[in-house]
Amino acid sequence: MKRVYVNEKWCLGCHLCEYYCAFAATGKDDMARALKGVKINPRIHIEEDTAEKISFAVSCRHCTEPYCVKGCITGALSKTDGVISVDKDKCIGCYTCVLSCPYGCVQPTEDGIVQKCELCVATTEGTPRCVAGCPNSAIVFEERL
Amino acid sequence: MKYVIIGNSAAAIGCVEGIRRIDNDGGILIISDETHHTYGRPLISYLLLGKTDRERMKYRPDDFYARNGVETKLGVTVTKINPDAHTVETSEGETISYEKLLVATGSNPFVPPMEGLDTVKNKFTFQNLDSALALEAAITPESNVLIIGAGLIGLKCAEGINDRVKSLTFVDLAPKVLPSILDDDAAAIIKTRLEEEGIKFYLGDSVGKFTENTATLKESGEVLGFDVLVLAVGVRPNIALVKDAGGACGRAITVDSRAATSLADIYAAGDCTESRNAVTGDLMVMAILPNAYMQGETAGINMAGINYEFDKLIPCNAIGFFGKHILSAGSYTGDVYYTNDGTNYKKLFYSDNRLNGFILIGDKHPKDGEIPAYDRAGIYTDIIRNGTRLSELDFELIAKRPALMAFSRVTREEYLGGER
Repeated sequence: MKRVYVNEKWCLGCHLCEYYCAFAATGKDDMARALKGVKINPRIHIEEDTAEKISFAVSCRHCTEPYCVKGCITGALSKTDGVISVDKDKCIGCYTCVLSCPYGCVQPTEDGIVQKCELCVATTEGTPRCVAGCPNSAIVFEERL
Repeated sequence: MKYVIIGNSAAAIGCVEGIRRIDNDGGILIISDETHHTYGRPLISYLLLGKTDRERMKYRPDDFYARNGVETKLGVTVTKINPDAHTVETSEGETISYEKLLVATGSNPFVPPMEGLDTVKNKFTFQNLDSALALEAAITPESNVLIIGAGLIGLKCAEGINDRVKSLTFVDLAPKVLPSILDDDAAAIIKTRLEEEGIKFYLGDSVGKFTENTATLKESGEVLGFDVLVLAVGVRPNIALVKDAGGACGRAITVDSRAATSLADIYAAGDCTESRNAVTGDLMVMAILPNAYMQGETAGINMAGINYEFDKLIPCNAIGFFGKHILSAGSYTGDVYYTNDGTNYKKLFYSDNRLNGFILIGDKHPKDGEIPAYDRAGIYTDIIRNGTRLSELDFELIAKRPALMAFSRVTREEYLGGER
């Protein structure tokens, strides 16, 4: 099962992953046009401590034992073929998943429901855009034992 | 039948999914007194509010039972468990044998004796889909609704029907709203928000006497008129089946970290059980859907023959009222870290190097650029659940805002470079 893994020591803190993530969600072809003037709400987030010069990306771990899925009161969150996704039609925005996720990776949308990384299954490239766009291989998509 | 499950809600579904993680073949029978396809119980208020509908509130897809090889007997009540014979008896007069049994009977509304209550014709509870539909059929834009009990059930009911009735009034013996999940300050915030919606409260009071359309309060002597009465005082776990079979019960059916009862091959999960609170170590009823699912799943895995313990159950709630959203967990004891900017309310409770609990309130729709107090709250929940020592992380940092940055580099590597 391939997962997104983060190599903290390689992270430049450039936030490009956040933009690639937001771009993927638009479904459009051109990143500059898709995001121009848009306040992005990506599903991957850079945490950074500028004084200590630490930064790293955080996105859904697609846990083997996912508290978000097990706790979902509507059945909107489910796991299929290793990918945890949200059925936006079913979600009523109770935020039980926000309360449950150990990594803080399920977050509210402007519509008052939730969103999370779905490994870019909606795009066709096979590799999540945050991974493909990371200039320093700080985010990788691979199988680990 | 190899597996028999009494109940058809979160714990029962968790059990089916737990069994099927291990055993793809063994027959499963679900027996439920409710006639509906499994639905998310807490969604009944959202149904009345119009935020979901009968189709979308299904907890699992239509093909769930078929896909998992589950037979159902819906609208059937189990009347007796015979633990020695390994059989259950039903309201249909059937005797059904089981190898492993799950009792997921939930709870029923508790209605304390109150003088004159029997003279009230239009009285309802708010516990399941049928009770919500019955209430919906009774209310009109002219209804004056009196709700006894300002806890989670009563307040969610209020949110569900407030725009569809003329007035809503609460009476509760407790001096604050949501006494089970909020401290005094947080309760005051929520009460104020509800009052802004025109909802009236008589707290620290109770009904001394009902007539068909009035309630006379004991303390204040106030006489409240109503057309529709909702009884939301509390719930009682449905323990009779297990208790009568000789199983250990306290306030609810006592289960261990494998969701096993004291009776051989009988498991129990969800609102009908009491189990160990991972923070305090106390046996208690933690009647929330996530715990029901996880206990049910734990039971299912054990019923399928794998020894599996799950001991990370804690009380926690995520709930909103009229645009205010509350996330809370654990217990509210110890020292307090407190911030409140008028919109975002945060209290963290800690002692002995451990985080015990928290209450976070923010707006459901925060202003542009504002980070609500509940953002990434699950990081706090996980610290509580795991009993993480606060000395192992940067508490000053994490108290301000939940972040993985507060953990050591090694821990972060485990979290973001590994699997859980």
